[in-house]
Amino acid sequence: MSRLRNDYENSRFHRFEKWVNGEAAPSEPRLETKEPVWRRPPEELSGPKLNEKKINAAVYDERHNKELKYFRVVNRLASVVLCLMLIGVLLWTVVYLPEFGNPENPTNNEVSARYIEKGVEETGATNFVTGMILDYRAFDTFGESCVLFIAATCVQVLMRLDNSDDREKMKKKQAEENDRIYEPKNDLILQKVSCVLVPLLFIFGIYIILNGHLSPGGGFSGGAIIGSGLILYLNAFGFKKTERFFTEKTFRRITLAALTFYCLAKSYSFFTGANHLESGIPLGTPGAILSSGLILPLNICVGLVVACTMYAFYTLFRKGGM
Amino acid sequence: MEWVRLTVSAVLLLLGILVFISAAIGVNKFKRALNRIHAAALGDTLGILFMILGLVVWKGINFASFKLLLVVLFFWLASPVAGHMISRLEVMTDEDLGEIEVEHHEDL
Repeated sequence: MSRLRNDYENSRFHRFEKWVNGEAAPSEPRLETKEPVWRRPPEELSGPKLNEKKINAAVYDERHNKELKYFRVVNRLASVVLCLMLIGVLLWTVVYLPEFGNPENPTNNEVSARYIEKGVEETGATNFVTGMILDYRAFDTFGESCVLFIAATCVQVLMRLDNSDDREKMKKKQAEENDRIYEPKNDLILQKVSCVLVPLLFIFGIYIILNGHLSPGGGFSGGAIIGSGLILYLNAFGFKKTERFFTEKTFRRITLAALTFYCLAKSYSFFTGANHLESGIPLGTPGAILSSGLILPLNICVGLVVACTMYAFYTLFRKGGM
Repeated sequence: MEWVRLTVSAVLLLLGILVFISAAIGVNKFKRALNRIHAAALGDTLGILFMILGLVVWKGINFASFKLLLVVLFFWLASPVAGHMISRLEVMTDEDLGEIEVEHHEDL
């Protein structure tokens, strides 16, 4: 027998429900979840709340508009039926999927066997994964780098504050002032520590990129590390120091050059490979730093794009410009 | 000899787990942000040291344990500074910082 509780308001489940509905934190009385002062709306603005039901009844006058009433009912029914049909179609497809773990499955084909057997010989990279993503499937990786570049461009379109007209100028000035207030600057502890850490981070990132074809790592992870080093440097020393070597122009030039080089190099190698021509790119001895043909320069390109994109995201979200 | 090493590393790992548990309890028990940052910093410094020393003792001295010690160095450089920056932001933006709970021990 379950018993009814009188004090449902105080029960754990009620608090959980409130948390699910986004009304309160589950441990509200204990933890400090307070909005920052500058974001609290002024109190006089929150006037009497308008009755939502009344507004809806006034806008959609259902008593006099029979068509609208029928339309809303049919709309709800149709959405339910459509969802059920979609679920049915997907489940119907699942029935025809091959059994899990069956050795005859189409995933167990000659492709992966070839990667393992001839990977080192054909790509020159001792790291199979890099050989796969930057040689056999380099087109796919090119798409990924382009997606990063396009994402950075889209964020720039949405967030960038320009000097073109007066309103934007005001906004930019305001953003820079806010930045000065809320971001801690000239913190001696952070500056001293980042003097030690930033060069180490850069060297570690470069090591990961350059050893991408020999050991775990590659352009994406190394680029992320270099980008975080740039962000740390920016946090410690402010925009004035970073603008001496990294502005929007640098970002544009580096990403464009890296992506263009990637595109041209891989187009050349795909063209010669598809036409059974000699590409003339030496593979070198597997295991040496200068080996595995195009993989090393492509890794460097990907790393540059990733590092620039991370830094660009950070600066754009922080003050709307580099 | 093998048993001594295993025991030492197990004791170190248990100490690290103890520190981490106390840090987690502190983060959830304290009410103010600064107190909670203080509690969380404990696990990031002492807890990491105990855990990684336990692993180093277990595996003996080789290249991998050198890398683990580098991880400790990185954490000791980065994590206290991160805590410092967060607490500095908290001090700058919180208007009623005056009510921090501080326990006074007269007889100490």
